[in-house]
Amino acid sequence: METILVLLHTEADGSLGRNAWEACQAARAAAEASSGGGRLVAGVVGAGARAAAERLGGLGAQRLLAVEGEAYAVSRYATDAAAAEALARAAQATLVLAPGTSRWSRALPGVAQRLNAKVDTHVTALSCDGGALTISRWYYRQRIDVTLARQARPWVLLLDGGAFPAWAPTDGQAQVESVAPSPPAVRTRVEGIESPAADRQTIRPDAPLLFVAGAGWTKKQRDGQPHVEEAASLILDFVTRAQCSLGSSKSLVDLSGEGQAVLPFLTHLHQVGQTGSTPRHPKGLATCCHGEEPHVVGWRFIADRRAVNLDANCGWARGKADVLYVADAFAVMRHLNALLDG
Amino acid sequence: MSVSYQIVVCAGLAPDPLQTLEPVPGPALKNELALPAVLDPWAAHALYEAAHLAKSRPGSKVYLVALAPKAKLQQVMMTVAQKLPFELIALDGPMSGFADAAEVAAALSAAVSGIAGLDRERWLLFGGWESATRGAGATMQMLAERLGIIDQFLAVDELRVEEDGSLRVWERVEGGGHQVSLCEGPPAMLAWATGRLPEPVNNPQIGMANMRGVMPALQRARPAPPLGGGIEYRKVALPAQQRQTRVVKDAAPEEIARELAAWIRE
Ligand SMILES: Cc1cc2nc3c(=O)[nH]c(=O)nc-3n(C[C@H](O)[C@H](O)[C@H](O)COP(=O)(O)OP(=O)(O)OC[C@H]3O[C@@H](n4cnc5c(N)ncnc54)[C@H](O)[C@@H]3O)c2cc1C
Repeated sequence: METILVLLHTEADGSLGRNAWEACQAARAAAEASSGGGRLVAGVVGAGARAAAERLGGLGAQRLLAVEGEAYAVSRYATDAAAAEALARAAQATLVLAPGTSRWSRALPGVAQRLNAKVDTHVTALSCDGGALTISRWYYRQRIDVTLARQARPWVLLLDGGAFPAWAPTDGQAQVESVAPSPPAVRTRVEGIESPAADRQTIRPDAPLLFVAGAGWTKKQRDGQPHVEEAASLILDFVTRAQCSLGSSKSLVDLSGEGQAVLPFLTHLHQVGQTGSTPRHPKGLATCCHGEEPHVVGWRFIADRRAVNLDANCGWARGKADVLYVADAFAVMRHLNALLDG
Repeated sequence: MSVSYQIVVCAGLAPDPLQTLEPVPGPALKNELALPAVLDPWAAHALYEAAHLAKSRPGSKVYLVALAPKAKLQQVMMTVAQKLPFELIALDGPMSGFADAAEVAAALSAAVSGIAGLDRERWLLFGGWESATRGAGATMQMLAERLGIIDQFLAVDELRVEEDGSLRVWERVEGGGHQVSLCEGPPAMLAWATGRLPEPVNNPQIGMANMRGVMPALQRARPAPPLGGGIEYRKVALPAQQRQTRVVKDAAPEEIARELAAWIRE
């Protein structure tokens, strides 16, 4: 029988993030699907871990475990690995399911090594095939779709955010046990998070729309001149009005490294694609972007896709977008911004 | 305080991202050895960062540990070796994404442990945060664990060595931010994202100097052990969906904007 540890961490404010609730739902489903029925244990690490674990009373877990204390309040390999290892050992987990947050993505592969476990990440689905648990994930940067199983246990799985429905907590009795990891040597101090001011933050993972700007915005236009300032204001204006998330092609963000006139609000964090991100949004709109494969692999989880490009033969035309508008993005966006005004 | 570093960079190869990939039973990629290959992109950024750091700290040295088919590695080295000085430690094995991260970490660990004269006080372990093949983001942490390094950083965009030798590290976190941490010093593992440096331009002189070491290293390359890790592949396929693109030509920008506005509000 599988013993499934759903391993969560709290956010800085002591709450559980959406990914944590998704992992709870995935763990419940995995327990149900396991042959002979899985035994569920929940473990929470971080600031306010005990209080967070108390919210898991209705999960159906046989044990609720928590690691808290100042050292475990921050996201840091040494302490996170010690906490996760202690929880996995206390739970005697055969399967560890955890949200693929930056914090667990850093810590859990090393924990798998300590447990002599196997690890798979970016899991997008769990299912049962002939009595065996199988997972789905993408290989070659979202280009090859794979379903696999493993006999080896323990098995640590990091789940992609947005791939599983979230569990809505229900009431239930919650008796939380504290677990004390063997304290690791701490040589790293976390100083904090640097992010753009809220009004300048253009990466919005929860937005319904992704807006991608390509290098075409900086290229010479019909009059033989580039119009970078106008491009910048059209893009920022749209992102503000539509409250969408801003993405970019590699060519556009790379320009800044090459000292060309660029859009100052774009960094490599905006880059979508092979060597960028693979965000999840229901809709995506690409402008002045050619839609080459290394870019479009980053659109794997964008359901409804539209593009505006002057070139009717660009990559988007070849089955990569649902709709391609062959048009000047400057003109389209001017009108679109005006329409979104009202 | 001026410390010099021994920077061990782990980098595999990946098919050139512009190539069409097709899985075949194995699993493997169709004509994998014939596909043009590149140094795995995020690991390549780690290598550029390593070279930059080494240059600014006289007495530092960069080691490049690569597990890949020897012949492919030789091809890729023809360009990579022109960019920055390093010593190559090659392991002859598959470049397949279908290998198991834990097995790859074990093989790399044996290779890194074989480097003579590594000093933990000066030792930085670099790699890419995810490969372009398996894309797991797991190998570097497992490798570092095996090597007893518990100061680990994932998705690093910047490393700054402070006056006292401590390491200030910027790691990507959710929502377009960076976590900033200060580590007392080596040994540490940094798995790099894009970093801040452009690809170095080719320098034939560096290339000539490197190739004197690269060829013997390739000849010495030991075969890697099997890397399957007991994974049972049940399905390996290209995504089925190919969209039927509706191409809208000759529509006025106002009309397109109206359609888009309605679509956004849907
Ligand atoms: C190892 C490797 C990794 C890579 N990783 C990535 C990645 O992660 N992400 C990524 O994006 N790319 C990546 N690439 C690069 C990729 O192959 C393309 O070069 C890149 O995506 C092109 O960017 P672009 O479409 O913005 O620019 P371009 O190819 O220059 O296209 C510009 C487009 O703008 C259009 N245009 C110009 N003016 C207008 C106008 N007024 N209105 C409408 N359209 C206009 C043009 O028709 C053209 O289609 C990678 C490449 C390699 C080799």
